[in-house]
Amino acid sequence: MRIKRNGYLTAGLILTGIIVLMIIIGMFWTPYSPLTMSAKEKLQAPSLRHLMGTDNFGRDIFSRVLKGAGTTLTIAAATILIGSVCGTIVGALTGYFGGVVDDVLMRFNDALTAFPSILLALLVISLVGPGNKYNVILALGIVFIPSYARITRTAFASLRDANYITSARLMGASNARILLVHLLPNTVRILLPALTIGFNNAVLAEASMSFLGIGVTPPDASLGYMLSEAQGMFAAAPWYSICSGLVIILLVFGVGLIGEGLQRGEREVE
Amino acid sequence: MKRKILAAVLVLGMTLGLITGCAGTTSGSTSSGGTADTGSTEKEEAAEEAAPAEEAAPVHADEINIGIAQDLDESLDPHLAVAAGTKEVMFNVFEGLMKATPEGDLIPAVASDVTVSDDGLTYVFTLRPDVKFHNGDTVDVQDVLYSIGRNSGADGSDPLIPALSVISDMQGEGDKVTITLSEPMSEILNYLTLAIIPADYDKQDTEPVGTGPYKFVSRTAQDNFVLERFDDYWGTPASIGKVTFHINEKVDGLIRGLQSGALDLVAHMTSTQTAQLGDDFNIEQGSMNLVQALYLNNKEKPFDDVRVRQALSYAIDKQGIIDLAFDGYGIPLGTSMFPSFSKYYDESLTDYYPHDTAKAKELLKEAGYPDGFEMTITVPSNYQPHVDTAQVIAEQLAEIGVKATIVPVEWATWLSDVYGDRKFQSTITGLTSDNMTARKLLERFRSDASNNFTNYNNPEYDELLAKALASTDDAEQTELYRAMEKHLTENAANVYIQDMADLVAVRKGLEGLTFYPLYVLDVAALHWAE
Repeated sequence: MRIKRNGYLTAGLILTGIIVLMIIIGMFWTPYSPLTMSAKEKLQAPSLRHLMGTDNFGRDIFSRVLKGAGTTLTIAAATILIGSVCGTIVGALTGYFGGVVDDVLMRFNDALTAFPSILLALLVISLVGPGNKYNVILALGIVFIPSYARITRTAFASLRDANYITSARLMGASNARILLVHLLPNTVRILLPALTIGFNNAVLAEASMSFLGIGVTPPDASLGYMLSEAQGMFAAAPWYSICSGLVIILLVFGVGLIGEGLQRGEREVE
Repeated sequence: MKRKILAAVLVLGMTLGLITGCAGTTSGSTSSGGTADTGSTEKEEAAEEAAPAEEAAPVHADEINIGIAQDLDESLDPHLAVAAGTKEVMFNVFEGLMKATPEGDLIPAVASDVTVSDDGLTYVFTLRPDVKFHNGDTVDVQDVLYSIGRNSGADGSDPLIPALSVISDMQGEGDKVTITLSEPMSEILNYLTLAIIPADYDKQDTEPVGTGPYKFVSRTAQDNFVLERFDDYWGTPASIGKVTFHINEKVDGLIRGLQSGALDLVAHMTSTQTAQLGDDFNIEQGSMNLVQALYLNNKEKPFDDVRVRQALSYAIDKQGIIDLAFDGYGIPLGTSMFPSFSKYYDESLTDYYPHDTAKAKELLKEAGYPDGFEMTITVPSNYQPHVDTAQVIAEQLAEIGVKATIVPVEWATWLSDVYGDRKFQSTITGLTSDNMTARKLLERFRSDASNNFTNYNNPEYDELLAKALASTDDAEQTELYRAMEKHLTENAANVYIQDMADLVAVRKGLEGLTFYPLYVLDVAALHWAE
């Protein structure tokens, strides 16, 4: 798949690159420990000493944002990985083979889609228990499977009877080979934009779950959790909510630009 | 792409709008717009009732909206409810033969008079004439016998209040109730603050009926709880006609409620929260009269080892918690007793375990945990002060190598899993004494007490308690209670933290807030300024 470079792509890559770089730095080094509290430095406004100010425990918000964005990014990436891999497997099998398997799996898929995603995530959390990063990943991963299954199924189903597939079949290629070698690469162009959109949804879903108190738990930080913490002190420390909210917006915006760039670049190549 | 840009602009615009919008409400509109918001219908009602007063601004509808952080117990039956938050509200609905005063004394309520025999075994209560239940019936001796009998296990069942099994006989005749004890018990009058309810009424669970200054109107689970002035109240009737308790488990919801004018009073706030409220509110400070502690499940490893519990006590810096999470408001405690009980409170125990990480590490090493261990702290997520405390504790424990994971749970889950089923390792909560007795605070650590949710098990303690309860000499009993407190401290039954300061945000113009040495909110004493 060839993609022509374009402004959206470049801007998106730069923006996301900067954020990811900061997050990677934050994994090894933060200006202060994100957990160290200090009674003397509670609720300080942004300054040179504390770039984004401090929260009600005197913790450095910039350090917390670095760590928190890391948590959010990890959760979103892992969610998308689970969602897209499982979704692609289900979509590929049902799309390619069709028949009863297709009917059963897709009706089940429909049923899953019928739930609002946050409700479904709540359901999974109530089954596996709250208060754990991995459970959040699991819950969101499951929530994201149906949409990927649907997308890949359509792609596989439409290509199933293409001439080159028929030829491959006539030449004696096994189903596995056709699925992996001939069909899968051709779905990438559909899957890629779906991945970026999904990533953004995952970031927002994690944020809303932590915001609702069923996601990441203290003292760990994630952007959503920080936002919910910040809400309680909106008047006393507005910089807290603004900073954590802004990072969510930038992260989503950057990846959104990449997605847009990918689609446009491809269209221009065609 | 244009759509993307537009979307981005919109998002930014909305964020900014949110910020400026909020700033606007805090600065100006609350005082004027706020009270008008409470609804035109109520205003009309108020106008009908008190037409001449209506002209005099400011007009407060004859009602008050109070924000609370948790829903009430599932059962509203006063004898079955366990949560302090429920009792806090129901204080306005129910009364006992006796009733607490803000000074901590007991005065007759449903009874008008009580006489005690010289041997302290016979109590004769004279019922106040024409005390009415909210359903219109007059309280008679049968109701009293039923209410007390239900708690003392008069019908041979397990008593709801074990202490009341001391009642050997109850007789009612005319307007007199005679209670005979099998042995003297100095706190019996405190226990007889228990709610008097109608004998022949079976909907106490859902539509409670009592004799208090307010009667129950309606309840919407997880949302609100409405009371109305009881006009046939025997004593001074309440001033405010309608009281709505709004349940909001998110504390910022309560703050916004105050700022927007939807709420007039919220208790149990933190200083960070009250600092945001601006000039429309008075902040009253009292003491919560509870023992906030990191309660340890003494049956769970590693807390079955006294050295580990002591290590935690050394590692946790109470004053540090109070400074960090409570802006310095709060009284550090060292045992299961708070200063309001000055007679029993032993201040010297507070510093029994000074903050000493080296000592803590040493004790952990002795106990076989040289590298620390992992533990969970279960906290009710709707109580921000407890969640904040947990965060500070987790940080302090990290210094001795103990990795504490905080598990926030909903209030209902906390009640059933932690308090009910005792499935937890450690938890942070505040324990109260709902009848102003030291006994209530201490008795729960008896090995086989039904509310001993920390599974504290120590024969020595049980023996002290038995002796204290059997004692007829007040001085001796006080000594024994103090010895029990000391025992709890020495054995580090729990990591005691503080008696929390109670910061109450009260809308200006609302007067009469009264603090009790109890965890209650006396709505009947509140009134709007003329």
